[in-house]
Amino acid sequence: MAEPWTTAAHRLFKQHNIRTVGYVPDAGLTELIKSCHADNDIKSVVMTTEEEGIGLSSGAWLGGEKAAVLMQSSGVGNTVNAIASIVSSCQFPLFMIVTMRGQYGESNPWQMPMGQAVAPVLKSLGMHVFEVETDDEAAEAIEAGLKMAFVSNAAVAILIGQKLIGAKSFIADVAEEVINVDN
Amino acid sequence: MSTTKLNRGDVLNKLMEVRGNALAIAGLGSPVWDLAASDHQPENFYNWGGMGCAISMGLGCALAQPKRHVWVITGDGEALMGVGSFATVANQRPDNLVIIILDNEHYGETGMQKTHTSGGTDLAAMAAGAGIPTTMTVHNDEDLNKLINALKTSPLPLVASIKVENTKPKLVLPSRDGVYIKTRFRQAVLGSTAALHVT
Repeated sequence: MAEPWTTAAHRLFKQHNIRTVGYVPDAGLTELIKSCHADNDIKSVVMTTEEEGIGLSSGAWLGGEKAAVLMQSSGVGNTVNAIASIVSSCQFPLFMIVTMRGQYGESNPWQMPMGQAVAPVLKSLGMHVFEVETDDEAAEAIEAGLKMAFVSNAAVAILIGQKLIGAKSFIADVAEEVINVDN
Repeated sequence: MSTTKLNRGDVLNKLMEVRGNALAIAGLGSPVWDLAASDHQPENFYNWGGMGCAISMGLGCALAQPKRHVWVITGDGEALMGVGSFATVANQRPDNLVIIILDNEHYGETGMQKTHTSGGTDLAAMAAGAGIPTTMTVHNDEDLNKLINALKTSPLPLVASIKVENTKPKLVLPSRDGVYIKTRFRQAVLGSTAALHVT
């Protein structure tokens, strides 16, 4: 069986000397967030909005350290001006892992529009966007992306597809019982 | 309380006298011109954009440079746009981060429209509510001296909202070249080899 992508991500963070990880949680990021928190060499920073991740990562680089930023796809919109204004203008490295919603097997219609917008929005900002759907693809893209970000001052986003992390099922995941109103 | 507000240039000059070797990150707009006027040096990072990110940038830098103090110098509008960062900073509790807000209660770069702090919003109270251990509002010279004392003796992180006159500062402009500003800062902090070569 392939190494789970979250295990690979943590291993590659260590290998590439990522010292700060900023995140707004997502179910798909649970294991990676846990492993970062359990690691004393990584400063794990829970953020109130994804935009903070862009400041945090750029500030870490100013101080001589590498950071990664984790978020759900719906948070990508919050990062747009910070990426354009700060990362692009100053050529800061940026490495983001985005777990997708509004995509393969989605059951919440409110997630669909942003899910569809993520890749084109990030590409329109000049970011390198890698969409992955298996553990092996994810590990490979994370490794490539970390090199591109911190060696080539690139802005990179790895989009982890719902085919890999699984679509959220409201009945099974959220509650023991579901009652529908608005009938 | 005196109705005469502090002058932002005078405030910054006084604070820069006690800056020591702190790194400084300026939020966009007047704080950039203020910092350039008061204490222009390579260990200043000037934000010409990215409104709302000065505090999170200061946090990233403070976590990466635990042995240096990091001062964020920003405005009330900029701080309000990223106000959740008070909570993020409070959760991390970096004991080397100082956030100084030059609060003129207006958006100075866009036509002097009023910000929320002119309508009763209290940034120091918001910071305290977020869990920042040392917070204060500075109205006059006496308060400013208290802030200067707190910078030496009170637990960090610290957030100070300094009420200043709503006047346009002198335009002292640093380079607008973001890559240059970034690299100059990194060279000063990390040394040229570490700043220019990836390890």
